[in-house]
Amino acid sequence: MTEKSSKRYRVLVGKPGLDGHDRGAKFIARALRDDGFEVVYTGIRRTPEEIAAAAVQEDVSAIGLSSLSGGHVRLFPAVVEALKKFHAEDIPVIGGGVIPDEDVVALKKAGIIEIFRPGTPLKKILAAFHQACESYHHKAFR
Amino acid sequence: MSKHSSFAKWQENELRKSISRFPERKNFTNHGGDEIPRLAVPAEIDDAYLENLGFPGQYPFTRGVQPTMYRGRLWTMRQYAGFSTAAESNRRYRYLLDQGNTGLSIAFDLPTQIGYDSDDPMSRGEVGKVGVAIDSLADIEVLFDRIPLERVSTSMTINSPAIVLLAMYVVAAEKQGVSAEQLKGTIQNDILKEYVARGTYIFPPQPSLRLITNTFQWCSRNMPVFNTISISGYHIREAGSTAVQEVAFTLANGITYVQAAIDAGLELDVFARRLAFFFNCSSDFLEEIAKFRAARRLWARIMKERFGTGKPASQMMRFHTQTAGNTLAAQQIDNNIVRVTVQALAAVLGGTQSLHTNSKDEALSLPTEESVRTALRTQQIIAHESGVANTVDPLAGSYYIEQLTDRIEQQASELIKKIEDAGGVVACIEEGFIQRQIENSAYEFQLEIERGERVIVGVNQFQVEEKSRTPVLRVDPAVEQEQVKRLAQLRKNRDNISVGHALENLERAARSDENLMEPVLDCVRKYATIGETCNVLRQVFGVYKERK
Repeated sequence: MTEKSSKRYRVLVGKPGLDGHDRGAKFIARALRDDGFEVVYTGIRRTPEEIAAAAVQEDVSAIGLSSLSGGHVRLFPAVVEALKKFHAEDIPVIGGGVIPDEDVVALKKAGIIEIFRPGTPLKKILAAFHQACESYHHKAFR
Repeated sequence: MSKHSSFAKWQENELRKSISRFPERKNFTNHGGDEIPRLAVPAEIDDAYLENLGFPGQYPFTRGVQPTMYRGRLWTMRQYAGFSTAAESNRRYRYLLDQGNTGLSIAFDLPTQIGYDSDDPMSRGEVGKVGVAIDSLADIEVLFDRIPLERVSTSMTINSPAIVLLAMYVVAAEKQGVSAEQLKGTIQNDILKEYVARGTYIFPPQPSLRLITNTFQWCSRNMPVFNTISISGYHIREAGSTAVQEVAFTLANGITYVQAAIDAGLELDVFARRLAFFFNCSSDFLEEIAKFRAARRLWARIMKERFGTGKPASQMMRFHTQTAGNTLAAQQIDNNIVRVTVQALAAVLGGTQSLHTNSKDEALSLPTEESVRTALRTQQIIAHESGVANTVDPLAGSYYIEQLTDRIEQQASELIKKIEDAGGVVACIEEGFIQRQIENSAYEFQLEIERGERVIVGVNQFQVEEKSRTPVLRVDPAVEQEQVKRLAQLRKNRDNISVGHALENLERAARSDENLMEPVLDCVRKYATIGETCNVLRQVFGVYKERK
């Protein structure tokens, strides 16, 4: 879908909290795969700590989080905090779901680099993952 | 018997009986004063008509489950609601009842749905978010305070721990002086779709099926007018299935529950009349109307031909409908009111028994009070102004609708057979067959939108720049601390020794093949929490792990 598919980045798609709405997360995971990414999908009902641990263990270059339950306010920043505990706060985190406008600023302040809401075109989301992975690699291998 | 006399016979029997029990609402005339016919029928009533359509309230129920449908009684307008604390939700319920809602539909938060207390580490960030937080009977007492449970019917969206919430409801009613046998309503109690679409499972399939048949059995003795399950296609469709898959997977689940109950020694015609269904209504107007008619006919045929019941009450599929949440757009949200109107109209033309209409702001957050009111008004306009409630199954006989009804029934029936050939629903869930089917449909559909082959107004065409922010309903994060504090108080003040005894007794019963409803009722009365009760069952039954 995008032109920069040649490099095979590994990313993690995670569902923090108890929300079982995984249609969006599964769609994004599969679309990333079809776009050339290697994708680790956590499945539903993961704690922020489990997601951070899996991201480190799998050595991913970016994390995508999905929540449709309103739990994002607490759970997305909690993933960023958990990454710090593993000294892995460099891994960029992208979020998506049913998220009101007014939460976007707070989430970005907490270190989530992008928030995507319903109706966002897929190519915009894929481009964000490419960019996140690239900038992570720039930093990591500078 | 001549063909024509079948109509006369229906009028003399089913229709007359129905009208004498439930008189029609009013005289039905149009603006010009012309009488609106109750039921239009073909000039020639032949065998094919009788076999495939029949008359409403008569096998195979294609034209509806009641002879007079909405002329006798309108559908129940039942808005799903609940958030924050029990006190806050109670206030919203009383508001909805004031506004003309005719039944309650309780949304529980995710910790409650998955059997965690509000102070469990797993509950962090989710308490009171998508529904009301319930930890014990104390919360349920507050939730139904000043709501007359002998009159209001209550639907509860609860699955894995349904037996616990049902017990809480029974005891709360008891304390209001209302006996279990008076209680009207529904528990969702449909675990199978949780494994493939909704995600709030706790235990593995087999012990979960036991909990379900235990509630069937207890309710058939103690709650004769309560619906013991709502077999749900709604979430399967939300997860991305097609209309045919929605019908097929839902009815396959239904077959599994009926078989499990028969295997547990329950009598078919006692429990089958209390089975209810729950469908989605999406935007493809004509297909959705046909879907409801096809589902009704297919279920009637399954009950008659496969399970051998001749009782109409056991054959008829009664269902609730909700408009499709996944079709709501976050862009130009007023357009969602129109989407919901089209979907709600299809549900009514399809013959639904109750209806929830979504609110325009639900792609952003929980709905505000104002947007919920508009959603309810949408139903009231359809009911009182559109005229579609004045005649029964008005689209019957349309070449297209009848062809589509036949096609959906046939395709769903083939898919059910495929599931059975592969060992049945539980085997297909364990193997991942059903999940894969849904995922593939969801993926294809979304790619069609991405490629612009499917137009979503305001999303991939007809976009505008939107500047103003929409006011949304927010759940105060302090709700979690408040609820945790309330729970700590409860644990301090109750009689913990008798709680311990009740839980031990539940564990003993769970290890035997006893019906668990009485032991659960005992736990509830002692104010054991939902987490404590479910943890006992987790120890005995184990937990289900998602297939990857």
